[in-house]
Amino acid sequence: MSNIPFIPQRWIALAVFGAILVALPFVFSNKFQLSILILVGLNAMLCLGLNLLVGTAGQISLGHAAFYGIGAYASAILTGDYGWNAFAAIAAGIAASGAIAAVVGRPIFRLQGHYLAMATLGVGLVIYLVLVHENGLTGGPDGRAVKPLTVFGEPVRGELSWYWIIAAVLFFAVWAAENLTHSPWGRSLRAIHASEPAAAAVGIDVRSVKVVLFVASAALASLAGSLFAHAYGFITPDRAGFLHSVELVVMIVLGGLGSIYGGIAGAAIIGVLPHVLTAFKDYENLAYGLLLILVPYFFREGLIPMLAGLARLRR
Amino acid sequence: MVDFAQFLIAGLSQGAIYGLVAIGFSVIFRATHIVNFAQGEFVMIGGLGTAGGIALGLPPLLAALMAVLVGVVAALALDRIVVRLAQAAPIILLVIVTIGASVAMRGAAQVAWGRNFYSIPTFVGSDPIQIGEVTVMPQAILILFVALAIAAALDVFFRRSRFGKAMVAAAINPVAASLMGIELKHVYAVTFLIAGLLGTIAGLLITPLALIQFESGLMFGLKGFAAAIVGGLGSVMGAILGGLLLGVAEALNAGYVSSAYKDAIAFMLLVGVLLLKPEGFFGRSGGKRV
Repeated sequence: MSNIPFIPQRWIALAVFGAILVALPFVFSNKFQLSILILVGLNAMLCLGLNLLVGTAGQISLGHAAFYGIGAYASAILTGDYGWNAFAAIAAGIAASGAIAAVVGRPIFRLQGHYLAMATLGVGLVIYLVLVHENGLTGGPDGRAVKPLTVFGEPVRGELSWYWIIAAVLFFAVWAAENLTHSPWGRSLRAIHASEPAAAAVGIDVRSVKVVLFVASAALASLAGSLFAHAYGFITPDRAGFLHSVELVVMIVLGGLGSIYGGIAGAAIIGVLPHVLTAFKDYENLAYGLLLILVPYFFREGLIPMLAGLARLRR
Repeated sequence: MVDFAQFLIAGLSQGAIYGLVAIGFSVIFRATHIVNFAQGEFVMIGGLGTAGGIALGLPPLLAALMAVLVGVVAALALDRIVVRLAQAAPIILLVIVTIGASVAMRGAAQVAWGRNFYSIPTFVGSDPIQIGEVTVMPQAILILFVALAIAAALDVFFRRSRFGKAMVAAAINPVAASLMGIELKHVYAVTFLIAGLLGTIAGLLITPLALIQFESGLMFGLKGFAAAIVGGLGSVMGAILGGLLLGVAEALNAGYVSSAYKDAIAFMLLVGVLLLKPEGFFGRSGGKRV
């Protein structure tokens, strides 16, 4: 792991991304727009981890939202019922998600393709059902309230403060992901995607790499979930459910599998689109479904890689 | 003992529905190596289509026929969409496309029927039958009977009929089969047709006992898949047995342990079987273990 760069190879892209993050709240400054940006940022964090797993390493997961739920509920329960410090609760959520991912991941990553998709779906659904049925702790299907996040005794309030927190976490997560994918470890992910036997033949411990990646993406999802719980002050098990997991997969496929900025673009498009198309409220599901059918037909690579390809052609 | 028999009957009839959905998964997977995530939506189409027809003033039998027609059209459309893509695209895109199809079907149903719950009348009367001390709904017996008859008929179809054997051949080796003059396009279309029909029939059968809404297909699909995996993906008899096993496990758990985790049984079974015995309990060969 010693060959991880500090300044990413594509530092211009990272700088542009940072500049966009800084500029956004000045362009979209009302509370409603900021609350959408916050949600997009959280989904972008989820997509970042999921895209490394699905897009870069080629390991399908249809249960990723469950880890988001674990983080959200860990923060809600530990700060609300047990009076923990918020940061300790976030760390506990990350530890729990990571531990579950490690325990489940070892046997599950023996499976491939559809079987892996189904196993991750099954694990995600079991976690979701636990959140729904443990009423005493989680408040059941109706959800529960969450205490505000306190930093040095001051509660964090207002959309703008939350935007900056989430933008900062997202920025550093993207930075780390950029560096990781351009390290030997990141290249081993792409090798596994291309051919597992070949990757194993050049000395990559395929299963360990997959499990470590799964744990890392679960930890990031858990962090995003904790931030969501404190930012919104109210959580329901739906956020950990199958449909949210599918939504995340849609975001990365639309934005571009294996592309760091693609996942973020996908999160932005899927996050903003329903608010642009409010006139078609009843047709939302239908339109969403048709979009999912059309994307694999017309932009198989996803939006960002396609645009990057076009830009290269122009040059 | 009476309790046990009561739970068993309830589990078997619910399990037969899972079994019908599971056969749909199995035949499509065997022929195309695609897991069709839209499989459960056909159950919803069967139920809501019939309820919708009745609401339009059609006699129940005609309404059921209309629902079957809608299911057939949806199945053939799905075949066109998915099979064309399957030639070139990686698995994740196929997963996305069938999920997209299921969301689109759900969305279309939402536009047509709103968010209300519907039921339909039963064709066999709703007076419970007493067998000894056990009370049974006639519809439950009908479900079990129809499901087993369909599974047996399909088994014969795949073993004995010319077209059925051609479908099995195409599943084993598509290239060799097409060299022998088997038109793969027709095989795929008939495969989707069978799967769609089975799902729609399952919907017709279960709706008199359960309320159906535009989102109801999701759970049937997920549990049908779990049943298909438990039975061994790709096997018709395995699928129906997997469905019955799952239904009975759910009913016994709900009866003796706790009804809260009724839905979790299916997914724990799913993960457990995938890890320990990916070829399923009744399948001959199946999941790849690496």
